[in-house]
Amino acid sequence: MSLYGYLTLAALVFAIGLFGVLTRRNAIGILLGIELMLNAVNINLVAFARFRADVAGLVFTLFTISITVAEVAVGLAIVIAIFRVRRTVEADRLDLLRG
Amino acid sequence: MDLGVRAPLLVLGLPFAAFLVLAVVAPLRRAGRAAGAVSILAAAVAHVAALGVWRDGARRTATWAWIPADGGPMATVGLLVDPLSSAMLVLVTLVSLLVQVYSLAYLGDERAPALGRYYTYQSLFAFSMLGLVLSPSFVQMFVFWELVGLCSYLLIGYWYERPSAARAAVKAFWITKLGDLGFVVGIVMLWGATGTFEFQALFTKAQEHALAIEGLGTIMFLIYLGAVGKSAQFPLHVWLPDAMEGPTPVSALIHAATMVTAGVFLVARAQPLFALTPDVLTLIGWVGAFTALLAASMACVEGDIKRVLAYSTVSQLGYMMAAAGAGAAYASVLHLLTHGLFKALLFLGAGAVIHVVGTNDIFRMGGLFRVMPQTGVLFIVGTLALAGLPPLAGFFSKEAVLAGVWEARMTWPFLMLALTAFLTAFYMFRVVFIAFFGRALAPGHPHEAPWLMRGPLWLLAVLTVLVGLRLGLAGGDAHHGPGWLAPASVALALGGILLAWATYQRGVVDPARLAGTFPLSLLDFLARRRYGLDALYDGLYRGFILGFSRLIGWIDRYLVDGVLNFLSAWTLRAGDLVRRIQSGQAQDYVYGVAFGVLLLFVWAQWWRR
Repeated sequence: MSLYGYLTLAALVFAIGLFGVLTRRNAIGILLGIELMLNAVNINLVAFARFRADVAGLVFTLFTISITVAEVAVGLAIVIAIFRVRRTVEADRLDLLRG
Repeated sequence: MDLGVRAPLLVLGLPFAAFLVLAVVAPLRRAGRAAGAVSILAAAVAHVAALGVWRDGARRTATWAWIPADGGPMATVGLLVDPLSSAMLVLVTLVSLLVQVYSLAYLGDERAPALGRYYTYQSLFAFSMLGLVLSPSFVQMFVFWELVGLCSYLLIGYWYERPSAARAAVKAFWITKLGDLGFVVGIVMLWGATGTFEFQALFTKAQEHALAIEGLGTIMFLIYLGAVGKSAQFPLHVWLPDAMEGPTPVSALIHAATMVTAGVFLVARAQPLFALTPDVLTLIGWVGAFTALLAASMACVEGDIKRVLAYSTVSQLGYMMAAAGAGAAYASVLHLLTHGLFKALLFLGAGAVIHVVGTNDIFRMGGLFRVMPQTGVLFIVGTLALAGLPPLAGFFSKEAVLAGVWEARMTWPFLMLALTAFLTAFYMFRVVFIAFFGRALAPGHPHEAPWLMRGPLWLLAVLTVLVGLRLGLAGGDAHHGPGWLAPASVALALGGILLAWATYQRGVVDPARLAGTFPLSLLDFLARRRYGLDALYDGLYRGFILGFSRLIGWIDRYLVDGVLNFLSAWTLRAGDLVRRIQSGQAQDYVYGVAFGVLLLFVWAQWWRR
């Protein structure tokens, strides 16, 4: 499998994630979409590390995974806080900033 | 500072000090009569000092730098004492003092704060007029010129609750401003051409024939315009009769004896400069003579005693200007001084009559000589002086004016002035016969005015006689004219008196029929309508200024504001439209960002090549 295969896979996963972020109505679904996009990036990094024989890609990936964990923790905490205040996590209803 | 300058400085400083005290110490001002005492005291001491300056007779100047500039100060302030200004000092302080004493009784019924305000203005006026007289430069003169204009405005509008008084004050202010505009432009142009405002420097240049500037005629004409406004010359004379809305003592001081003569004083002061422009001088003479005749004709049909005196003042100012225009500055100033005395006398006498009768209309007075004989005698003395009968002061100064105009070979102005002399005697004795000897009965119970009012009248009358005798004994000086002039002018005055006597006393001539015969009927018609000048100014004001204001108003409302309103309305509407983009939903924003990034990619792929 060539580098392009991996890159294509990553692009597909990224697009699916973005689609999820844009279309899911549930806040948790949006978080899942973000996870997908981050993992698409990870695939890219790992693929480049392999094909270019460069360890930096792997190091970046490790960092990304650990930061993603923190991000999910904070994100879920925010979702819970919103739920407590607004009694909903529907993205359509969260429009306090509407002009 | 040398010693000799202290006395004139004292004359100038005392009224100013009184003004400052009255303006700052409010309880004193509200006390009314106490404020009057302060102001009168200052005027009295100033008068004594002015007499000292006059007797000293020396010519003194003192200047202090005012506006600093490279290469010497641009303008100075100071004092210029010479026979002209010291004589004016005496006149101004004397009339000012007498009028202030007289006002204590005349305005005795006023509320105390209003009386205090009156005396504050009076002190300010005395200071301004004295400053004008003592000015050694055009700039300082202009500053004080405006100050006396301000005081005139304030004092005409003393009874500001009356709409007519408020309007008259504004009218006087604006019409004199029209002339002042010419004055200020003139002195600035003169400065541009010569680099100095100082009279002394300018006169020296004039003597050395170093003033052959192009456009000097225009400059002097513009400066003369200031005098036209202030001294109520045709066609800007319309404000003076209206100024009679002020209290009578104010009319006596400002609109007869002092401020209105400032224009004559200006022409006399700048005589060496005017002498270089004979055309302007001729114009001054013609306008003066015409003003004299025009005002005299209007005085003949006027029924308000103060307005008769006001027109007569305009007429006599015309006399002074005609003399100045004929190059007889001496006669002009002499007439200014004597006129100041007897016109103040006449106004204060009229004030005494108005005070007890309570009306200005001469046809509602009558038989006053029996009830107030002292006032009657004094008023007749003033009238005789104004008519120009010897040995009163008016005779000599008027004859000097006529002689000066005759010598200058200005035949037509001379004839106009001679006719004016006849008319003057006529209209003044018309007032005397109707008001003091008429058969109509004055309303109420008229009685002699209080002593506080009669005292100044007596003093002025005695001075009028004494100055006349003094001039008569001194002789010589004024008698340059041809020998027939003195008898002729007396004959004219007597003729006027005789006509008035025959018309209004004996009833030999019916005034209505006299006014009905052909050339006179036309004149009567015109004079009663003030030759349409007031209507003309009114029309100009309404048509021109109000029309212009409306146009400006329309432009402001619909063009300037319109553009702004259009912009603001569209800003609001655009904001309303664009606001919809902000949906408040994070997903929409992410969509926008993603779409933007996509666009960037496309752009990077296709357009960057």
